[in-house]
This record gives sequence, structure tokens and C-alpha cells, in this order.
Amino acid sequence: MARLTVNGTEHDLDLAPDVPLLWALRDTLGLTGTKYGCGLSQCGACTVHVDGQAVRACQTYVGDVTDTEITTIEGLSGPVADAVLKAWEDLSVSQCGYCQPGQIMEAVALLAGTPEPDDEAINAAMNGNLCRCGTYGRIRAAIHAAAEALKQTERG
Amino acid sequence: MTRVFERPTSSPLHPSRRTVLKVMAGAGAGLTLGITLPQARAQDASPSADDSDTFAPNAFVRVLPDNTVTVLIKHLEMGQGVFTGLTTLVAEEMDTAWEQMRPEHSPADAKLYNNLHWGPVQGTGGSSSLANAFEQMRRAGAVARILLVQAAADAWGVPAGEIETRDGLLRHAASGREATFGAMAERAAVLKAPDPASVTLKSSEDFRLIGRDHLSRPDSAKKVRGQTTYAADVRLPGMLSALVRRPSRFGAVPGRIDGEAALAMSGVRAVLPLPHGVAVVAESHWQAVKAREAIKIEWDESGAVKTGSKALLEQYRDLGGTSGTTFRSDGDALAALAEPESQVIEAVYDVPFAAHAPMEPLSAGAMMTDTGIEVWAGAQSPTFDVLNIAAAARLKPDQVRLRIIQAGGSFGRRASPNSDSLVEVAAIARGLADQGIEAPVTLTWTREDDIRGGYYRPMAVHAVAGALTQDGQPSAWRHRVVTQSLLKNTPFAATLIEDGIDRTSVEGVIDLPYAIANVKGELHSPEPGIPGLWWRSVGHSHTAFAVESFIDEMAHAAGADPLVMRRDLLQDHPRLLNVLNVAAKEAGWGLPQQEGQGQGLAVHTSFNTHVAHVAEVTVKDGAIRVDRLICAVDCGLPVNPDVIRAQIAGGSIFGLSAALRGRVTLDDTGLVSQSNFHDYEIIRMGGAPEIEVHIVPSTEPPTGVGEPGVPTVAPAVANAVFAATGKRLRSLPLRLG
Ligand code: FES
Ligand code: FES
Repeated sequence: MARLTVNGTEHDLDLAPDVPLLWALRDTLGLTGTKYGCGLSQCGACTVHVDGQAVRACQTYVGDVTDTEITTIEGLSGPVADAVLKAWEDLSVSQCGYCQPGQIMEAVALLAGTPEPDDEAINAAMNGNLCRCGTYGRIRAAIHAAAEALKQTERG
Repeated sequence: MTRVFERPTSSPLHPSRRTVLKVMAGAGAGLTLGITLPQARAQDASPSADDSDTFAPNAFVRVLPDNTVTVLIKHLEMGQGVFTGLTTLVAEEMDTAWEQMRPEHSPADAKLYNNLHWGPVQGTGGSSSLANAFEQMRRAGAVARILLVQAAADAWGVPAGEIETRDGLLRHAASGREATFGAMAERAAVLKAPDPASVTLKSSEDFRLIGRDHLSRPDSAKKVRGQTTYAADVRLPGMLSALVRRPSRFGAVPGRIDGEAALAMSGVRAVLPLPHGVAVVAESHWQAVKAREAIKIEWDESGAVKTGSKALLEQYRDLGGTSGTTFRSDGDALAALAEPESQVIEAVYDVPFAAHAPMEPLSAGAMMTDTGIEVWAGAQSPTFDVLNIAAAARLKPDQVRLRIIQAGGSFGRRASPNSDSLVEVAAIARGLADQGIEAPVTLTWTREDDIRGGYYRPMAVHAVAGALTQDGQPSAWRHRVVTQSLLKNTPFAATLIEDGIDRTSVEGVIDLPYAIANVKGELHSPEPGIPGLWWRSVGHSHTAFAVESFIDEMAHAAGADPLVMRRDLLQDHPRLLNVLNVAAKEAGWGLPQQEGQGQGLAVHTSFNTHVAHVAEVTVKDGAIRVDRLICAVDCGLPVNPDVIRAQIAGGSIFGLSAALRGRVTLDDTGLVSQSNFHDYEIIRMGGAPEIEVHIVPSTEPPTGVGEPGVPTVAPAVANAVFAATGKRLRSLPLRLG
């Protein structure tokens, strides 16, 4: 039995502690916005937040996150998230879209800690998130746009 | 015992009535499910021609009373933007507001939804979607508009000619009457549609949506919120998860199978032998992962490939030294090469096997129903898929219901002519039913399965020889291609293999555009036993590398600027010449470069689209870094400029991954050496250069952009590396030292 708090709701799940969080989310909780791409921390498609930090759900085990707040793309909220989602839509970043929930989780975590990242910081933070459709240029632009929008609201 | 995975009905993931499950009790046979999957509404699901309040003037357009307009898209949306593109065409002629448009996949039905370039076959590929549907979708929209206008005219008792349409509104200026399209849907539904061929289409000056720089993609909102349902995301009550153990050598088949240990594991429901592997079915994916390792299989390797890619490459290079089947012969290339005054240049290029590696690995679901089988997948070739599924499930094709749903990338992988993954899932559903297990099942390929599973862009060797006259003019080009046939034993063979020449092996060479008097093309088609498949840009992915590297070598041998030599030889190809000039100009071709930096050029036509790339590279400590890619594209009338930029930039990254990173190799015993993204690398954010895309204005019919961004990248980068270092790299991926 594992107790997980996901998107603010507690769940008691009949799962062994060594089950990857990714499959607990997708199969047991039906939260399919978190994607499988590699299972090896190589692609970032499974990125979720654990206590606000971006982690790879495929290499995080249920037993290790019982006393944490887990946020998936379905539960993402707040001003940073809103700015990122809007920028992603405005710039039509998504092609197939499969990598994008992971990209967005990573980008939100980046902006939460570094409100005005330069290209170098973006490259460093986003380097673990693969996009086979090759949307990197737009991801970079969208992160800048979201940062700019957040700055404006703060000033406003 | 079946564990039921259910989402709360209030979940934001279940926003629409389309995901409603209709569960009907089947007599004595457990549950039979009639499902309506997201993005895959069939004609008999709502909204349909049968709903009295829905206006369905043809197979493509549905206007609902709530004023939304559904466009049924006959091609697979896999990221290339076909939902946006085809919807633009309908909306343009219909005069709707962009926001009211709702694209979704059409059913699999070759009679209504065939690819007009492919005859009686529904399918997505060859960058043909927009081109084949350009008129068809516009006519579908125009017919809908005419009927809505007629309905309003009847309702208001005014002449149809006095009614104007704009942004989804019908207006009669004289009487001040106004109505939405939705309000007239019911009335329009009873009118008889005119022959689409008879309707007049807008002329290009009147376009409001076609050519607009940016239209928001209608699939964006769901994608960014994780609400798009890909095949592996479909959740049904009692659903099981399957994985397949496939042989580690191509051509091996399972012999003795011992599934005892796996079956004893928690959640495991079945172990099923398949022709090429063994399936394990469990209640959850993770249980299946664990159980798969526990199956004991003795493989019969009598027909297995035990040759490594090194040895294979040697064989291919040897073949390249001998003449093959002629596919092109202009003048007398051999005589020109033998001219004593000629300067002869020879070069051999090679490209490795490459995996498509879409971010969503192959996945598909299936279940037996009381009438047959239902399968859901991101399917590129529904017409062939249905036939293959039927055979695997021992059913008739009309008992197969294939639901087409969005794919997380494909690049050709979901178009295998033998429907490999769909056949697997159909066989598994059938095998479960045979054991009395009535449950929907979803099959996932792990990334390791994907990278090791074959269906690669095949290895290819190009042996090229050229002659220059004394004044440096190219006088001969002899080009030998060595690569396996993709079309042999496929339904396409009859039309696309001619006199032993597989068109996909030689495309890009057979139509070599350079004005050289003596050209000879020859093909060898070895059969290495490793499944090959079309991979974004197909033959062009290797032919352009050889052709555009070699013309560069010719230019340098002649002491000419590579841009100038290409220009001189492309005078009969104005569109190709134009993209070449645009890319060169935008890149500032020929400006002095820093130490260790260089510019390289490549130009190529694929799928009737013309593309030129200039690559700017820095070589430092033996490492190649691409700083900037400047691209010019002529794809005819640019329907969605923003989608074109996205596709060309994305194709450029795909091409760059092949140029610098990804390759599949086999060790000396035939085992694939790579398994996941740590050793089958693709470009990451840190390696993604700045990319500029310049769209050349055109009023020619539109052509595709999904693939043509790929071919010119590798040669442009290789040529830039030569400019920077003087080292000529002829193998992909490009490595110095
Ligand atoms: S699936 Fe977790 S990083 Fe790829
Ligand atoms: S949008 Fe397709 S993988 Fe990133």
C-alpha cells in the first residue's frame, strides 16, 4: 500500500514501493498526460513536479514519494503555469505534442526558480527533454515569452 | 479477476461526450463494448449524417446546431499539422470563423477518404496530404457554404444572391437579417448538395485564411494540457496491457516457449505465442514489463541475420565497385570519364541504418467485439492496416473497425506495409478471446523495442564518379546506389518498382537536376534481411547526401565556388535555382569566416518541394557544432506559413540528428548495439542551432513540407565542415578524426 498525494488529492494505492511513479500515474490513477518515452531518464516525457522540483517519473519510485506533493500536467496551476501554457499556445509550439507536457513541466520549474533565464540557462534546463519533432526553437521562444509576460504582470 | 481502471467521469481528461462508453451486455460472453473513442468518431457516431439536426453536406463537413463545424480529416495527424492545413481549406471556402472549426479524424474508409494521389487507398505519406486534398477540401467547404446560403434564402424569403457570408454568419443587408451557420444547419441538412465539381472556388485575392501568417493550431490547447489521447492513453474498463518479446536477431523465430514463471507473477493473464515473438498480457504495463523478462524462449535462429553492419558495409562498398541495373543513362558517361583530358573525381558515401524513434513509441489497442474486432492506433495506412488486421484476427476485412487517433510522431514508422504493430495487437486480442479472456488490450513497444526492432531507414552506399573538362565544366556523372528495396513484397511494388528499379532507392538521383551531358545511374538492391522502411524523406535522406556532397567536391576540384557551379548547372530549374539564391543571400554566402568556421550549401527537390540549406558550423577540438541553419523553401502556394516554418525547422532538426548523432549498428553477430536515447542519440536543446526558414512566395499548387526539410541538412553540414577544415566527411553520422 502506498499513499500518494497527486494534484492535491490523497490516494491509497495497492502498489509495491518499487513501481515507477510513471506507471502509478498512468495505469493506476489514469493520469495519462504524463508520457512514457524511454523509461531511463533520457527523454523527459515523464516529467512531473515533486514538491515543486521537476523529476523524471519513470525513474522515481512510488516508495520514495509517499510524503510529497506530486503535480502532473493535469494539476498544473498558478501564474507561472498560466504564462507558460499561454506562450506555448500563442507560438504554436506543439507538433505531435507528445513531449510537450514534459517540456512544460520542466519549463515551469525553470521559471519558478529563474524568472528571466537566458538562452544558456534554457539550454541547460531543457537539455534533458527530447523533442523528436524538433520544436526546440519555439520552446526557447515560448520560455522567453512567458518570462516576459510574468515580468509585465508583476510590474502591472 | 480483472482489475478495472476507471477515471472519475468528472475528470478534465474526459471533457467530451465522445469518450462516453456504451456498455452493452453480450449474451453469455461477458461484456461487449461499443465504444466511441476520442478523435475517431465514425460516421455512425455523433455528429453524423444521420443526426437530423446535423448538417452533413458531404463526407468531410458537419455543421452542428451549436455552431461548431467538424471537419473530418482523412489523413493522420502526427504532428505535421494536417488538422490545421485541411481545416484551413474548408474554412476558407465556407467562410467560417477559425475558432468554430473542429478537426477530427475520419473513419477508415477508402471509398470516401482515399488519398487522391494513391488511387483507392487511404493513407498518409510522401508529403502528399495537403497537395492531394487541396481542391477536394475546398470544394467540400464551398458546397457547404452554398447550401447554408440557400437555407437562409428559403427561411428569409430572399434571393440567395443577396446573402453574404463571413466568419460563420449569414447576412442579408437589405433586411438586416443575420443568422449563424449553426442556426441554419437543420434547414440546410434537407437540401440537395450540388456536384462539388460544379462549384466555383474563390480566387486567391479573396483568401482570408489561406496564406495567413499564423492561425492557432486547433489541436494546441489539448496538447499543452496533456489532454490529447494517444493510443496508449485510451483507458477502458478491464483493459489489459501487453508487451511482446521479439527476437534479438532479425529473422529468428520462437521455438520452445516456457511461460510458467511469467504466468505465476502477479497480474499476469496470458502468455501468447506470435509468429515472430511471444506476447505477455498483464493487468498493468509495469506487471507486463516484469513478466516479459521471466518468459523463457528458445529461439530458432536458423534463418537469423548474423552479419554485423561493418561486414555489411564492406559488402555494399564492394557492390558499389561493380555495375548494377541501369536506371538512368544520358549520353555516354563511361566514355566521358575515360577521356584522357578529363579530370576524374571519385567518392564513396555511406549512411547507416536509422530508427524513426518517434517520441510516442509504437502503441495500439484492440478488442474483440460481437461483430469482429476494434483497433485504435495512429495509423498512416488504414486501408492496408485493415486487411492485415483482419488476417491476424482471422476475420473478414469488413469485421475490422480501425479507429484512427493522433500519433506522437511517426516519420513513416506507423506506415509499415505489413502493419507490424497492429498485426501484433490484433493477434493478441484474438489470442485472448480464444482463451476466453474478453478484455480490451493495449500494446506498447518500449523504447528498447523501438530502437532494436528494425524497420529502419536502410543502410546505403553511393559510389559516385565525375569528370571535369579542362576548363572545369562537369561532363560526366556516374552514380551507383547500393541499398535494399523498400517496396519489394509490398502492395506498392506493382506500381513503383519498374524494370527492377525501386523508385524509392534512387529518387533524388534518377532526377538529378544538374545540367550534365553524360549521366549514368545504376542500382544494386541487396537483401540484408533487416526490415527497412520509409523514414522521413525516404530515399532522399541518403541520395541528397551523396549528390549534394559530390557536386561540392566537383566544385572544389574545379576551383569553383560551390554556389556558382550549382547556379550554372541549374539554369533549367528556376524554382530550385531560386531557393538556392534566396538561401545563399539570406545566409550572406561567401562572407569571410573565422578560423574553424565554415558555410556549406545544399539544394534538393523532394516530393515536388524545393529546399536549400546553408549550414554554418564551428569545428573546435574535433567537435562539430552547427551554429545556424538558413533554409529557403518553395512549396507552391503557402497555405499555412507558420506550419511550413514549423515543419521545415522540425525537419531540419530531424536531418541534423541523422547528420551528427543517430545511427543503428549491428555487432559482428547480428545484435543491434543501441537500445535507447543514450546510445541512439538525437539532437537535444543544447545542440539545436538557430534556424531561419524563408518561404518563397508562389501561386503554384501547394506541395508538402513534412519531409523536404530533411534531405539537405546532412550535405550542407558536411560541406560546411569541409569549408571549415578541409576535411571531407563521407559517412553519416559525420565524425572528425
Ligand atoms: S520516460 Fe522518463 S525520461 Fe523518458
Ligand atoms: S512535439 Fe512531437 S516530440 Fe515534441
